[in-house]
Amino acid sequence: MSAATARLENANPHIFQRAGERLLTAGEEDEDVADPIDDREIFDLIRSINDPEHPLSLEELNVVEQLRVNVNDPGSTVSVEFTPTIPHCSMATLIGLSIKVKLLRSLPDRFKIDVHITPGTHASEDAVNKQLADKERVAAALENSQLLEVVNQCLSTRPV
Amino acid sequence: MAAESVQLAGLVEEFVAGQVDSRAADVAAGVKAGHFSALELVEALGLSLTSSQSQTRGRGVQLLSEVLQECYSGLSEREVEVLIAFYENRLKDHYAITPHVLRGLKALAKSTVLPPGSAVSILKSLFQDVNVQSLMLAERSCVYNMLISLMESREEELKGLGPDFVFGFVQAVDGERDPRNLLLAFQIARNIIHRGYDLSQFTEELFEVTSCYFPIDFTPPANDPHGITQEELILALRSVLAGTPRFAEFLLPLIIEKLDSDAQNAKVDSLQTLAACAPTYGHKELAEFLPGLWSSIRREVFQTASERVESAGLAALGALTFCLSRSVLTSDSEDALQVFLDLVLKDCQHHLYEPDLKLVWPSAKLLQAACGASYRSSLVVTAAVLPALLDQYSSRTQCAQRRTLLEVLHGFIQPTPSSRPAEGEESVLLPFQTSLCSTVFSALAETSAGLQITATKVLTTLGQQPGLLAESEVEKAVDHLTRLVLEEEDAQVSLAVVECAGSLSRLHPAAFVSRMVPRLKEEIFSEHVDESTPSRGQSKGAVRQRCVTALAAVSTQPSLVRESAPVLLQVLSSVHAGGSSFSMEEVTSVCHSLQRIAEQARGVEEIGTFFHDAVIPRLLALTLQAALQGQKSSDHSSALAQEAVLSALVPVISTACAALQTDLASQMAAQVVSLFLDGDVSFLPENAYPSQIQLLKSESESWTRSQLVCLLMACVCSLPRSVDVPELDRLLGQLEELSCTCVHTFSYTSAAKCFAGLVNKSSAGQALDAVVEKTLERIRATLDCESSAQRIQAFTLLVWVAKALLLRYHPLSAVSTDKIFSLLSDPQLGSRAADSFSVLMSDSPDVLNRSCHADVRIMYRQRFFAENSAKLVQGFNSAEKESKSVYLKALSHIVNNLPRQVQLSELPALLPLLLEALSCPDQAVQLSTLSCLQPVLLDPPPALTTQLEALFSRLLALTSSPAMKVRITALRCVHALSRLPEHMVLPFRARVLRALAAPLDDKKRLVRKEAVSARGEWFLLGSPGGK
Repeated sequence: MSAATARLENANPHIFQRAGERLLTAGEEDEDVADPIDDREIFDLIRSINDPEHPLSLEELNVVEQLRVNVNDPGSTVSVEFTPTIPHCSMATLIGLSIKVKLLRSLPDRFKIDVHITPGTHASEDAVNKQLADKERVAAALENSQLLEVVNQCLSTRPV
Repeated sequence: MAAESVQLAGLVEEFVAGQVDSRAADVAAGVKAGHFSALELVEALGLSLTSSQSQTRGRGVQLLSEVLQECYSGLSEREVEVLIAFYENRLKDHYAITPHVLRGLKALAKSTVLPPGSAVSILKSLFQDVNVQSLMLAERSCVYNMLISLMESREEELKGLGPDFVFGFVQAVDGERDPRNLLLAFQIARNIIHRGYDLSQFTEELFEVTSCYFPIDFTPPANDPHGITQEELILALRSVLAGTPRFAEFLLPLIIEKLDSDAQNAKVDSLQTLAACAPTYGHKELAEFLPGLWSSIRREVFQTASERVESAGLAALGALTFCLSRSVLTSDSEDALQVFLDLVLKDCQHHLYEPDLKLVWPSAKLLQAACGASYRSSLVVTAAVLPALLDQYSSRTQCAQRRTLLEVLHGFIQPTPSSRPAEGEESVLLPFQTSLCSTVFSALAETSAGLQITATKVLTTLGQQPGLLAESEVEKAVDHLTRLVLEEEDAQVSLAVVECAGSLSRLHPAAFVSRMVPRLKEEIFSEHVDESTPSRGQSKGAVRQRCVTALAAVSTQPSLVRESAPVLLQVLSSVHAGGSSFSMEEVTSVCHSLQRIAEQARGVEEIGTFFHDAVIPRLLALTLQAALQGQKSSDHSSALAQEAVLSALVPVISTACAALQTDLASQMAAQVVSLFLDGDVSFLPENAYPSQIQLLKSESESWTRSQLVCLLMACVCSLPRSVDVPELDRLLGQLEELSCTCVHTFSYTSAAKCFAGLVNKSSAGQALDAVVEKTLERIRATLDCESSAQRIQAFTLLVWVAKALLLRYHPLSAVSTDKIFSLLSDPQLGSRAADSFSVLMSDSPDVLNRSCHADVRIMYRQRFFAENSAKLVQGFNSAEKESKSVYLKALSHIVNNLPRQVQLSELPALLPLLLEALSCPDQAVQLSTLSCLQPVLLDPPPALTTQLEALFSRLLALTSSPAMKVRITALRCVHALSRLPEHMVLPFRARVLRALAAPLDDKKRLVRKEAVSARGEWFLLGSPGGK
């Protein structure tokens, strides 16, 4: 609740329409067909992450978009670009961390996960990218129980 | 007499000096029985009451009070007066005696012969001599109960006390901490407020002494024996605080202050209390605080992440607006409502014109809440908002923005109960009618799916309010909808269009008859694909499919059914004639649409008559022709002779027949029975059939004819129970013969179902018993003969007859179900027997269910389970290793269909077996057990918690099962287990997370999806910020 009482950095952000649910295909219901992990599947993982400030998802704020997700299933790599709502957003690192943690928890070990800011959309882009790329700093951040708490709140499914 | 007084003295002595507590009950019994009077008791107590030892006096008063509690109703007025005077005096006595005195007074206060003035004198001495809050819990409760009973019986006298009574109460209650006593105290305060006691200068004191508990934060202790909930306390306090406008000046600032708090519950409670005040408050009380209240409500709705706070805020705003709308206007003051709404509009309206930004939604909701509060407020708000919204709509060009604007608009035109125009007032939307319609039509003409869907919602809402759509506009709307049915490929849009058409057709059937139905009919029967039509690129089938669905949806009125049903029948007859391009799916969907129309017959008798007179005879004629034709020529067989089509026709006929009135139903029964028994075709149209059609004869090559028995079933098994089926015995005999001897699966199954349906509804008695016994005997003979070719037929009949008997609690049902149990060990039929329990326990869609008036007793499943589960467990234990799975399968079918409450109570006994079933190699058993466990795990019974280890190891093993469905359900179960209390499942966390890493890389996406959500929840478990 502390976020609600403090002044919000961006009280009235733009909101965007959500994509619909992925349509179920016959192939997905067939036992014998293997479904590769594709961009949409990765996007579905991260689009419902809650924004740390607003009761909105990253998708609704257009922080993540499907066309900024790239996955190479055979090569076991994932790359996600995210766009902070304003160039000075202080939550950028936290949002990046949430995306990274969500992917770490949801993807098989074999994937190399790269999360970074869409080039040219944030004032301290390089610093944030560097933090997110540093395995040890990510691990250390998750040792911090306050940070972990905020990340977990972002990843909780909202109570209906 | 003397003996009794000696006895009394003995009892008193034993109680007072001997400390034998049980003597009090003996004395009370004596007084009640009339052995001695209250006066004699006081005399006998004599010395103990005046003793110089406070302990002895205490015992004496205690005995008197305990006796009085039992026998206060038998006292005379004089006795009561004396006793009260005594007790009042004792209040001044030693503190150790006070509890007993209070109990005695409480008993006396309940007396019906309380002398005038004594209520006042009790209270005066009570307030004067007792410091209530220094008493123990039970004594405080005694005081409150005394107040409550005096308020019930002596209201006038207490009011005579004036403000002293309120003051006394305030002093007594000040500092109360126990929730049980608080509930009593709040009840007294509520009575004071609602029954018009004089508060005068103590209004603020009474408010202070109750409002100090606001907002209530109370967590009942674990295994709370008193069962007091936070909710109870909140409601009790709210009815005090919101009970009188005189509290307004104190309460409203308090609410504003509490709304600033960080605790969500406090916010919600404050907002709800505010809403509760509105009915009693007027403008006078609110005026001063309106700006403050508004800014708090606005802040909460704008910023909150919680739906509870939001909806409480909106409700509070609505209540405030409603309250202001009621206030009477005086000539010299401004209109309070107008002033307030101006405030709301000023803060919210401009956000509506930024459809991309977040605040558009909360602003719209606030304005809509104010708008829906009353007719007057809706006049003000719509006049301010609608023109600007419509203007915005036409000036914006992006579809997403237009959609948002239209959604917002939709919220404003939805009528609420409180804003409905009264008699003589006209709809507030009337001035905007033309521009609303043109906006909707322009939105319908757009290409964006979202915009079209919203437009259909707006159109539906407009159509439901009388007077908002003129004739010409209805026609235009129908044209738009028709065009969308024909052209729009998006499934969601089509669905919305069809829904909208269905709802408009109820009020404006004529426009649909003249404009939509002919156009759809034309499209259905147009064979050539015209390149110039707008439907290019789409498959013909999809367009037809939409036309057929739309026809069914608009058939809500008899005049429309008379137009639409013949179109669908024409499709079927052209299919039968051959040479048309309708696919099998299209034919079944036509049948499905006919069924949807038949469902309307339930409410409208005229539609039922139409089905009886025209539709059902036509369907029977077509299928009969198809059957005869299929028998003659082997090269061309009509689509109407196919099992899929017949199965789709069954619900059409049974739905229609179930809705028939008694006389029509008897007529239908007579006609159909004579058709099937005697080949009487006189009621069918197009009378050109061979004579001597025998439909119920099972010659091997005539299955096209014998399968028509499913239509017989659809008809006679769904009629109301009051209708007697003619020639029942002959019919049952032929059905039994057909079901036992026919080799065509669909035919003998349908015959068995038809037989069962009739048996279920026949009136009980020897005739029925004889038929059933004869049939069961025949079945037994066939089943006992291992080499018989007709064992499967006999078994099928057995299952359906057993179901028919089981549903109506027939005494013979045990015989039939026992036979099925014994077949579980049969090598040939064992597996079928296990599956047959699913037939027995689940509702079958076409026969023997409540919608076709079958005799279904309540809780037959529980009864069956209670009587038979032991047999299964026993059978399982004694079975050979290879055949154990049959019993598990049967068990899981039964348990799966039990109501959840029963599942929960039976689970402890069954759990070992269900766990066994999870490790059974049969995938069907695994799946059925998992789907039975999953709902149970959402709210697990205590029995489960001791078996967690076994459960986890089996579930986690199943996440790598070869069957996709098993993997998915097993993962769902693992997910559900994450909701168990943390201390139980935390030990498994690491193991589950490790095990769930593998399914994250499953080859099927659906499995990965479940694995991701399950693993996500398990990560949150026991982690800060998780749960």
